[in-house]
Amino acid sequence: MTTLTDPPKESFRLSMLIYDTRYRSMTIQVVAMIGFMLLAAWLINNTMTNLATLGKPVNLGFLTDRAGYDINQRLVDYSNNDSHLRAAFVGLLNTLLVAFLGCITATIIGVLVGVLRLSKNWLVAKIMTVYVEMFRNVPVLLWIVLAMAILIESLPAPRAFRGAEPEATMKLFDTVAITNRGVYVPEPLFSNSLGNIHLFGSSSLRFDLSVDLLVLAIVFGLSLFGIAKVNARAHRIQDATGDRPKTIWINLGLFFVPSVITLIALGFHLGYPELKGFNFTGGTHMRNSLIALWLALSLYTAAFIAEIVRGGILAISHGQTEAASALGLRPGKTMRLVILPQALRVIIPPLISNYLNLTKNSSLAIAVGYMDITGTLGGITMNQTGRELESVLMLMGCYLLISLSISSVMNWYNNRVKLVER
Amino acid sequence: MKKSVILGALTVAGLAAGAAAAGTLDDVKARGKLNCGVTTGLVGFAAPDANGNWDGFDVGVCRAVAAAVLGDPAAVEFVPTTGKTRFTALASGEVDVLARNTTWTFSRDVDLKFEFVGVNYYDGQGFMIPKDLGVSSAKELDGATVCIQTGTTTELNLADFFRANNISYEPVPIETNAEAQQQFLAGACDVYTTDASGLAATRATFENPGDFAVLPEIISKEPLGPLVRHGDNEWGDVVRWTLNALISAEELGITSANLEEMAKGTNNPEINRMMGTEGSLGEMLGLDAEWAKRAIAAGGNYGELFAKNIGEETPVGLARGLNAQWTNGGLLYSPPFR
Repeated sequence: MTTLTDPPKESFRLSMLIYDTRYRSMTIQVVAMIGFMLLAAWLINNTMTNLATLGKPVNLGFLTDRAGYDINQRLVDYSNNDSHLRAAFVGLLNTLLVAFLGCITATIIGVLVGVLRLSKNWLVAKIMTVYVEMFRNVPVLLWIVLAMAILIESLPAPRAFRGAEPEATMKLFDTVAITNRGVYVPEPLFSNSLGNIHLFGSSSLRFDLSVDLLVLAIVFGLSLFGIAKVNARAHRIQDATGDRPKTIWINLGLFFVPSVITLIALGFHLGYPELKGFNFTGGTHMRNSLIALWLALSLYTAAFIAEIVRGGILAISHGQTEAASALGLRPGKTMRLVILPQALRVIIPPLISNYLNLTKNSSLAIAVGYMDITGTLGGITMNQTGRELESVLMLMGCYLLISLSISSVMNWYNNRVKLVER
Repeated sequence: MKKSVILGALTVAGLAAGAAAAGTLDDVKARGKLNCGVTTGLVGFAAPDANGNWDGFDVGVCRAVAAAVLGDPAAVEFVPTTGKTRFTALASGEVDVLARNTTWTFSRDVDLKFEFVGVNYYDGQGFMIPKDLGVSSAKELDGATVCIQTGTTTELNLADFFRANNISYEPVPIETNAEAQQQFLAGACDVYTTDASGLAATRATFENPGDFAVLPEIISKEPLGPLVRHGDNEWGDVVRWTLNALISAEELGITSANLEEMAKGTNNPEINRMMGTEGSLGEMLGLDAEWAKRAIAAGGNYGELFAKNIGEETPVGLARGLNAQWTNGGLLYSPPFR
């Protein structure tokens, strides 16, 4: 007869936390974590106590106070009677605007330069090398200041447009005025406007959405949807019969006709800038500060993007090019249809970090007096209210939020184009 | 990101701890150098000369304080600050005194926790325009582009002035006086606005000052003066009475020329008290008896400082106006040394 007994169950002793390898690493991590949190708590507590001793306890109440200062570039309505929060919102939109414009331009220039740097044409390749090395090896702040200085010093002041024999004239059939205060371009206007939708009531985040633009966007979206349907049908017929019906005319019609009809119905016309008083009025005013910042950030970041693109293309084995040539594809098509789609997988992750860099670099805007969020919340508001800690923390929060949004969108795109593995 | 929040908090904690430590007078004596916040460069008020030595009206105040406390007018570390960085520099303890044409306002005094020790220049905000613009009054500036230094009271005054007169303008925010000058001269803005004294000082550096005019409107009161941190009254007293000593010296006729003679003793008990031959005013301040004598010796009395740096004989060419002694119909009025 045999008896089977369980081995005596080992009871847990505290010393095992240190001597038992199963628990030791956990113990170390918990202790490190507690130490870290204590340090953080001490720092925060110390800051709060010291600020309270200084008579400046942390308080966000200043955000609802009247701002009292004016901002030149406003994407939403704002006057000096609005609150500091509203001013921060105006600044945030300006940051987003320059970041958006910059990312798009930098990508276009970057891809172009990156591809051209691989060109077999010696001159083109060398010029692109010079461009890349010049821009990425000089601090972006200097490029911003240089761009601004060139715009201010080399372009004519509005004064020069005056008189019977003006020193300067408007460009493009008298529609565009290029001055050292910015570029005035014609603005789209609607004579049968449908008005605006006021979002968020009268809060600091209030926003007017133009119904005209909304209608246009919907009509255009429907057009694109229609084109997609037509193409899908063409594909189906091609798959079934081998003959592809001609879709170009119907697609062109779908693309233009509904939008043009909507534009005519809304009474679309252009408002041209004209010299009145001290400045040009009418038209859309793109300020020097925006142009200088946009240009410098784009050119600077494009140099990095060009290198990423070049690296991505070189990462694709030469066999792919040879295979494409063997199939009879011309070099342009090889690049567009074979190399770039594969290179994208290598390009996108570092591209994300360059978009983030561009966005963060836009905080140098104050160097040219562009009122981004660093200029409003982190500049004038901070200075007028003396709330440094609150302003800077909010500013950091804003940039964090923008950066995380950009990277999540780009990561989503990256997941879509990456190699599907089985 | 987490890391940088902590580093940021660490910095703030460090700054706050630095500011909380009292006894600036002892700190300055121990350091043997006065840290003085000045502008990044405004001719006449504070600007480095060709040899890199700081010179100017505000600089004179710094040197007088250094002479009174440390016995050496050269024992000053000048810290250039912009309109935006100046208050942080003072609050964090980076500078001991800020002499940077800063306007004394309620909120700066009360809310930002600073102590204005007096007024060394009574100023007001004005507008400068190129003469060929053909404008004779600020009220004709509807639609003009205005260059303005950010983070200043002038920015708020400007908004108020245009609002009150129901006219519009386009602000061009600028960080420093030099940038404003560049934009203004290139015609990127029609008007440059700042304190009238600053306009005069800026115009003095132009190639053709005659082509520019300052409009007659003065749209604000800008009492400019040195300031220190709130809560350190001993240090505040030292700076306040050094400034008062310079002003009183002019009123009592003490100049750098007759200073030694005056210090030997006079019939005027107030002069004797200031010069330390009578009473113990210096001891009360925590300084020695000859503090005021050294302060005046550093650059002369208020009137001499004014005449040498920004007076009518200089390129800046400012008249005394409001800044004359009360005995001459101005606003300068030092409390008595008693």
